[in-house]
Amino acid sequence: MSRSGEKLLTYAILGAFSLAALVPIVGVISLAMNEPRELVSGFALPDRISLETFRYAWEAANFSTYLQSSVIVSFAVVAATTFFSILAGYAFGTMRFRGSTVLFYTLLLGMIIPFEAVVVPLYYDLRTFGLTDSYWALILPQVGLNVSFGTFWMRAYFRSVPRTLIDAAHIDGASPWRTLWRVLLPPGRPAVVTLMLLLFMWTWNEFLLALVMIQSEEFRTAPLGLAFFVGNRSTDYVSLAAGAVIVALPVVAVYLILQRDFIRGMFTGALRG
Amino acid sequence: MSLATDPPSAVSPAAGGARRVTRSRPARARAALAPYLYIAPALLLFAVFVLAPFAHTIWLSFFDWDGVTLGSWVGLENYSDIFSDSVIQRSFLNVLVLVFFVAVIPIVVGLVIAATLARSPLRGMTAFRTIIFLPQVISTVAVAVIWRWLYAEDGPFNEVLRTIGLDSFTHAWLGDYTWALPAIGMVGAWILTGLCMVLFLAGLQQIPGSLYDAARVDGAGAIREFFTVTLPGLRGVLAVTTTLTVVWALRSFDLVFVMTRGGPGTSTMVPGMQIYQRAFQTGRVGSACAIAVVLAIIVFVVTVGINRFAERDQR
Repeated sequence: MSRSGEKLLTYAILGAFSLAALVPIVGVISLAMNEPRELVSGFALPDRISLETFRYAWEAANFSTYLQSSVIVSFAVVAATTFFSILAGYAFGTMRFRGSTVLFYTLLLGMIIPFEAVVVPLYYDLRTFGLTDSYWALILPQVGLNVSFGTFWMRAYFRSVPRTLIDAAHIDGASPWRTLWRVLLPPGRPAVVTLMLLLFMWTWNEFLLALVMIQSEEFRTAPLGLAFFVGNRSTDYVSLAAGAVIVALPVVAVYLILQRDFIRGMFTGALRG
Repeated sequence: MSLATDPPSAVSPAAGGARRVTRSRPARARAALAPYLYIAPALLLFAVFVLAPFAHTIWLSFFDWDGVTLGSWVGLENYSDIFSDSVIQRSFLNVLVLVFFVAVIPIVVGLVIAATLARSPLRGMTAFRTIIFLPQVISTVAVAVIWRWLYAEDGPFNEVLRTIGLDSFTHAWLGDYTWALPAIGMVGAWILTGLCMVLFLAGLQQIPGSLYDAARVDGAGAIREFFTVTLPGLRGVLAVTTTLTVVWALRSFDLVFVMTRGGPGTSTMVPGMQIYQRAFQTGRVGSACAIAVVLAIIVFVVTVGINRFAERDQR
């Protein structure tokens, strides 16, 4: 095949898969722009664009509450996980101490233990302490699980920092704590940003833990709220479409803005079980 | 702490004016303790909220417990049940079917795209990559909502079939004993294809261009080039994508929960769904925990096994 023919074929293949990825998404967005509870069959652009259904989902179907819960939980999980991962990654990446290998590999187990294997006793244990049906029940376990990947990720960064930088800071009399925040971390901003993006996506999209832990409507996260919405309005596809768009939008928006960091992170993030 | 014991640094003394830090005994003890203080919060949270519950899962798997009253020790009974319980067996068999859709399809497609791109790098790759990757970042529950609609009785899928005159092929896809599982498998393929493709493209960039030049000088065609240069070069990525997609199939829960709850009958039942139902709906916590332990072991074996295999072949 000629060179240009090959190029054309490649474009055709890529184009076809791009379409396959896009059509369902565009379809659901246009579906959501119909009037609430309208019956729509097949792919069809709405006669006139209406944002009424979004308003309905946001107010009457309580998606504002669900999003608020998701924002609170995601913010707490991302902040705490990032902070603790930086500390642990710093120690594992730059310091030598007894038991470091064993402790590090123990922590890595978190990357392959499926959450399904933890969630059952977790529910009964947290219930004993009266912690179920609260933000804590969503925040603490997710921080515990995600510090595995976070530490793995930050350790890799700290190991890539030239040793001389650390030694120079030490000779200047900087304490390890100061060395970390003033010397090592500023150039590591891209690594930290990518980590936060991944954590944000995982936390925002998490479903099983929320399903098990949360009973009250006020604590429902966005995916959990959407799942209940499906239960209540099983065939009201227009309203469901609006709900799905609302739930997916925050992560998609962040992804589109920062896609370069996102995709780079996914290479390593993909290794997480 | 390591800094104290390290050999003198390569930095010239001029850099720091050699302001030596002299330490008293308690200060040195504190320095030796420092690494543990840094890792303590992460390790503690991990131990309390992941490791301990996992150990508890193993412990509970030896009991018959309804979650309310006192449980009774049954030894390995919950495990032997796994081999006789047809619903559990069905759920693991369904995983195998899902593996075909979410592992085989995305990997083959990813390889095809990678192979075509290997010969002719393109303009506009970033845009394609961004779009094809998009399904991966959408909440699975939202993805399930989208596809429930696509598969609906008068949804777009059946509409297209009717338009092209294939009325007899229309189904209530998710309510059909034969079609529900493949339908869910296709959703998985839709989610994971982008991820696999992006991983393959990244792997492709690691293959030295000189290998392709050499192959071309030897007069290799597209197909021979694929088998002698591209495929061997992508072996590591192949291991990663296989692990990833197989583990995804093993752990599938969100999609099934929203789309079918395992039905109709048990035709889309998966282990995660069984764990959830037994632990929180039918009061068989011990049995749920036994399934969870088996699932964890399989995930572990798959992850370690595939990567061992890839490493051994590399030598």
